[in-house]
Amino acid sequence: MTTHNHTDSFARKLLLRFEGILNKIFGNDLNPFYCLGALGFYFFWVVAVSGAYIYAFYKTGIHLSYPSVEYITNEQWYLGGIMRSLHRYASDALIVVMVLHLLREFILGRYRGARWFAWFTGVPLIWLIFASGTNGYWMVWDTLAQYSVVAAIEWFDWLPIFGEPMAQSFISQEVLNDRFFTLISFAHVTIPLVILFLLWVHIMRISYPVVNPKRGLALGMLLAMLALALIKPALSQGPSDMGIEPRNIGIDWFYLFVYPLLDSWSAGPVWALVVGFSVLLSVLPWLPTRFKKIPVAEVNLEDCSGCRRCVADCPYEAVVMRPRSDGMHFPEEAVVVPDRCVSCGICAGACPSSTPFRSEAGYVSGIEMPSLPMAGLRTAMKNDLAKLECDARVIVFGCDNAADIGKLRSKGVAVLSLPCTAMLPPSFIEYALHEHQADGVFITGCRENDCYHRMGGLWTEQRLAATREPRLRSRAEHERIKQFWASSADFEKLASELDAFRSSLRKLDESDSRH
Amino acid sequence: MIKPLQYIGQGLFYSLFIGVIGYFSTFPKYIHLPPDETLIKLSFRHAGQHVGECRELSPEELAQLPSYQRKGGTTVCPRERSDVVVELEMDGKQLYHEVLRPTGLAHSSNSNIYRRITVKAGVHTLKARLKDHPGDDFNYVREETITLAPGRIMVIDFKAATGGFIFKNKNAAQE
Repeated sequence: MTTHNHTDSFARKLLLRFEGILNKIFGNDLNPFYCLGALGFYFFWVVAVSGAYIYAFYKTGIHLSYPSVEYITNEQWYLGGIMRSLHRYASDALIVVMVLHLLREFILGRYRGARWFAWFTGVPLIWLIFASGTNGYWMVWDTLAQYSVVAAIEWFDWLPIFGEPMAQSFISQEVLNDRFFTLISFAHVTIPLVILFLLWVHIMRISYPVVNPKRGLALGMLLAMLALALIKPALSQGPSDMGIEPRNIGIDWFYLFVYPLLDSWSAGPVWALVVGFSVLLSVLPWLPTRFKKIPVAEVNLEDCSGCRRCVADCPYEAVVMRPRSDGMHFPEEAVVVPDRCVSCGICAGACPSSTPFRSEAGYVSGIEMPSLPMAGLRTAMKNDLAKLECDARVIVFGCDNAADIGKLRSKGVAVLSLPCTAMLPPSFIEYALHEHQADGVFITGCRENDCYHRMGGLWTEQRLAATREPRLRSRAEHERIKQFWASSADFEKLASELDAFRSSLRKLDESDSRH
Repeated sequence: MIKPLQYIGQGLFYSLFIGVIGYFSTFPKYIHLPPDETLIKLSFRHAGQHVGECRELSPEELAQLPSYQRKGGTTVCPRERSDVVVELEMDGKQLYHEVLRPTGLAHSSNSNIYRRITVKAGVHTLKARLKDHPGDDFNYVREETITLAPGRIMVIDFKAATGGFIFKNKNAAQE
C-alpha cells in the first residue's frame, strides 16, 4: 500500500476546498461528496423501482412501443409520467455520481494497492451502465431512439466480427423486426441485473460498505428529482421514421455523448478512444507512483489471543481468522491477507496487546506494522515528550493522509503521524498523560466521514467514547484529550484549535494548582 | 454555519444538481444533419458470379471420389465468387466506388455493403452501376433523375432477381 505523506496535488486541494464548503452547507454527515458510491446505489434503486412501474405498461413492437410510452407520459402523467421522468433523471444522476465517484477516488489516490479490486471491477460497471442507459433510450422508439440505434449499430458494424452489416436490418421500417423490441426489452432487464451483481462484487472486499446514503440526503435527492420531473417532464421526440434522418436532436449528453463523436471522427478512432480509455483506467492501479510503499501488517502468534478485534476493525477484510496452528489453547489465530492489506495499521490499534504499559523494552504486539511497531511508537513518543520544555505540553497524534502535523511541532508540542489515526491504541493516550506527564493529548486525522482508510476516524471516536474495543479507560482525564478532524486544507484551523486546547490546559493547570 | 444559511446553501446545491441534469438531458440540441443535406444509404447483399467455369470431372478424378460423392453429379464448379464492384455517380461526378470482397473463408458467400452518403438536397441525376463478374463491363446499370428533399433517406438496394438496382425514395413517392 502507498501513503500520500501530505503531498497535495492541485486537484486534491481544489476538491478538499469544495468539500469543505459542502461540509458547511450539509454537515459532514450529509455531504454528498462523502457518499457518492452510496448515492450511485440509491439512484440505481430509484431507476429500478420507477422502471418496474413503467415496464408494466410498456409494449414491445414497432407500432406498439412509442404509443405505449406516450400513454405512460401523457394519459398517466400524474404517476406514469412522473415515474418515466424519475427513471430518466435518476439514470442521468447515476452517471453524474459515478463520474464524480471515479474522479474523487482518483484524485485522493484511493485506487492503488489493495484497493485495485474495487477500482478494476468498477470499469466494466461503467460500460454496463452506459449500455443499459442507451438501451433504455431505444425502447421509446422516437427519433432520438432511431438516431441512437442506427449510430450504435453502425459503430459496432465497424468491428470485423459481423458477417453482414447489422445496420441493414434498420434500413427501412419494412425490414425492421418486432423481435428487436423483444430483445432490447430483455436486455433492459438483464443488464441491470448484471450491474447489480457487479456492484456486489465491486464492494465485496471492503468491510462495512456504505450502500445507502443518510436519510436526509436520500430525501433531498428524491425531492430534487421529483421537482425536476414536474418542472421538465421527460418527453419523447416524435415517432421514429426510418425514411427520415433525425436532424435536430435533443440528445441526452450523459449517455449518448459518444454518438456525435462518430459523425466528426468516424467509428475507428471512437473505438480507439473508448477502448484506450477503458484499458488506461483498468491498469491505473499498477502504474508507477511517486508515493512510497509501506509493508503490510504482520501477525505475531505468540502475542495473538485470537480475540477477533483486528478482524472487526479492518476496513478491507484483510484480516481473517483461521484455526490455531501453533498449539496454543486459543481456538483461532488472526491471519493477514497481504493482497487486501492497505497498511493502515488499524488492526494494530485494535489489538489488546498493543499497550505501552507493558514492561518489556522491545515488546511485540499480536498484530503489528513492520514499519512502525508499537514498541517503536512508544519509544518515539517518550523521546518526543522528553524534549518538550514549556508549559501546556501536548502530544499530537495525526494521520499521514490528513493535515501535516509536522508543522505543529514546537517547544510545547510533540507530534506523531501514523498511517491512520486508528492505529493509535487508546492506552497510548493514558500512557502519555500519566506516565510521561503530557498535559494533554490532541488527536487529529482526516475529516469526519472522509477517512482515507474508511473507518479510522469513526473507530477512534468510538474507542475514545468507550463504545468500541479497545476502550479508553474512564480514569483518563477527558478534559485533557481533544479530537479535531482536519484535512490538509484545514491546517490553519487545526493550528488554532491546538492553540485553544493548550490555553484550556493552562487554565486547567492553574485551577488544579489553586486546589 | 447557521441553519437558514445552510438550508439556502442546500437549496442552491440541489437546484444546481437538477439544473445540470435537466439541461444536459436534452440540450444543447445536436445538429446531426445540416438543413440543406439529405442522406443516401447504399445497402444490399449480393453474391457475385463464380470466378471460373464449371467443368466435367475426368474418369480418373471420379474414380478417386467416394461413391456417395459421385451421386452429386460429374460437374465441379469453383467455390470462389467474383468481387462485386459498385459505383454511384451524381450529376456526372463519381460519388462512391467500392470493391466488395465476397465473405466466407473461401470467398464463396455474399458481398455486403452498407454505406451512408450525405449529399445536398435537390434534383439530381443519379447513376448506379454494378459489376459482379471477373470481366470489365458493368452488367447492372440504373440512371434516374431524382428529387432529394432535405433530411429524407433514399435507400439504394440491389436485387439481381428483380433486375438490379432499386431506388427507394420516399420523396419521389410523395410527389
